[in-house]
Amino acid sequence: MHSIGDSFALALQLVLSGDADLLAIVLLSLRVSLTATALACLIGLPVGALVAISRFRGRNGVLILMNALMGLPPVVVGLLLYLQFSRSGPLGFLGLLYTPTAMIVAQTVLIAPIVAALSRQVLEDLHTEYAEQFRSLCLTRLQTVRALLWDARYSLLTVGLAGFGRAVAEVGAVIIVGGNIDHLTRVMTTAIALETSKGDLALALALGIILLTIALGVNAAVQSVRMTAARYAYV
Amino acid sequence: MLARTFAATAVALTLGGAGLAQDQSILVQSTTSTANSGLYDYLLPIFEGKTGIKVNVVAVGTGQAIKNAENCDGDLLLVHAKPAEEKFVADGYGTMRTDLMYNDFVVVGPEADPAGVAGMNDVEGALKKIAEAKAPFASRGDDSGTHKAEKALWKKAGVDPAEGSGDWYRETGSGMGATLNAGIGMGAYVLTDRATWISFDNKQDYRIEVEGDEDMFNQYGVIPVNPEKCPSVKAEAAQTFADWLLSDEGQEAIAGYKVDGQQLFFPNAPDK
Repeated sequence: MHSIGDSFALALQLVLSGDADLLAIVLLSLRVSLTATALACLIGLPVGALVAISRFRGRNGVLILMNALMGLPPVVVGLLLYLQFSRSGPLGFLGLLYTPTAMIVAQTVLIAPIVAALSRQVLEDLHTEYAEQFRSLCLTRLQTVRALLWDARYSLLTVGLAGFGRAVAEVGAVIIVGGNIDHLTRVMTTAIALETSKGDLALALALGIILLTIALGVNAAVQSVRMTAARYAYV
Repeated sequence: MLARTFAATAVALTLGGAGLAQDQSILVQSTTSTANSGLYDYLLPIFEGKTGIKVNVVAVGTGQAIKNAENCDGDLLLVHAKPAEEKFVADGYGTMRTDLMYNDFVVVGPEADPAGVAGMNDVEGALKKIAEAKAPFASRGDDSGTHKAEKALWKKAGVDPAEGSGDWYRETGSGMGATLNAGIGMGAYVLTDRATWISFDNKQDYRIEVEGDEDMFNQYGVIPVNPEKCPSVKAEAAQTFADWLLSDEGQEAIAGYKVDGQQLFFPNAPDK
């Protein structure tokens, strides 16, 4: 059996050797998951904000649906999009199957509900707090949404990170629509799945350690941005 | 005959005009064993260097590879389940199926050998013994080429393993490597192709228990996807790759691929 220590050593060795293949895989992982997170925020934040400040019939049903969609199984998202993007599917003419674009779309679909549902909760709590003030200022709906999004920006960063975490860690969706093609659509998680199936558990675990480190790095970067911004805000 | 000459000329032109094909790429829907064993990592740079055609490989089980190709999501099919391949061509999805290479299946098991099958070369007899002993057996259970071959062997042995499903017969529903990992984890016998086994890194105390039965012959075939069914396929480039695989040069390259000094695939394309 391999020990975890071996894998740590291997991970370090891989990183220090500056392996070009590994670098390409890491960069593609980041590119796909960060783009998906940005798109998911573009879709999810406005939706979450609108639902947070609106009262309408069937609202409870919408909330339940939004929350339930947080549990979308990646492999189901992958399969549904495969059927759309396949050459014999309705969007086949786009030629997107087995491209990074298809992987970005898949992860966006996967995490947009997470961003929407979590931001809805954050913004609704904040809105309850400010409701009277907003009313006295006679803010329009758009102004309210903007004020809420701005005021909750630090909490929403964490929402975005939750989405990113889900995207960068999933394998079910990207392996179906991406195909795990070497030098084209191979990302960290599909590479880990591949090395596991080759029985190279030490290498698979080493890649896992590198993936964790990257996630740690992204979170640290966001945290430092947040702290810097907060410092300037209160001078 | 005329068509053949034309095709040959077209291939010659494509091969000669490497500059034209520079940014061309094709997609191969493939069985996993050829990818997991490292064969493509060895073959593709040779072909790409010669023709400039980039070959992208999606490695899934044979069943899924065929389905993907039927959806026109691939230019070439490289799998190992002859009856399913012949049906693929008969249904009009492929232009022509050609034998490419072979190796064989083996049954691997733990050193403890609970069913006492070590050293047997009669696979049906060994499967019967495993079933009688109710010794754990891990099956792919995923409609892959290896799974189809395994089901055929059980049938020939006159055993219906489905009766032991969830008990001693465990269907993992995953790829060859994942099934080997699972089987080794639970001390189960596993039917695997020899190429995957030789290049598999997590063998632990496992070894080959049963080998050498004619019924464990494992033939790989190559089929270009039919442009009449799938207008989007890159038929010419796919045919170029198929022709190269089947040429003397491609066949020698296949024979030249070794892991730990052992040849994994044995070329057997028909003589032209």
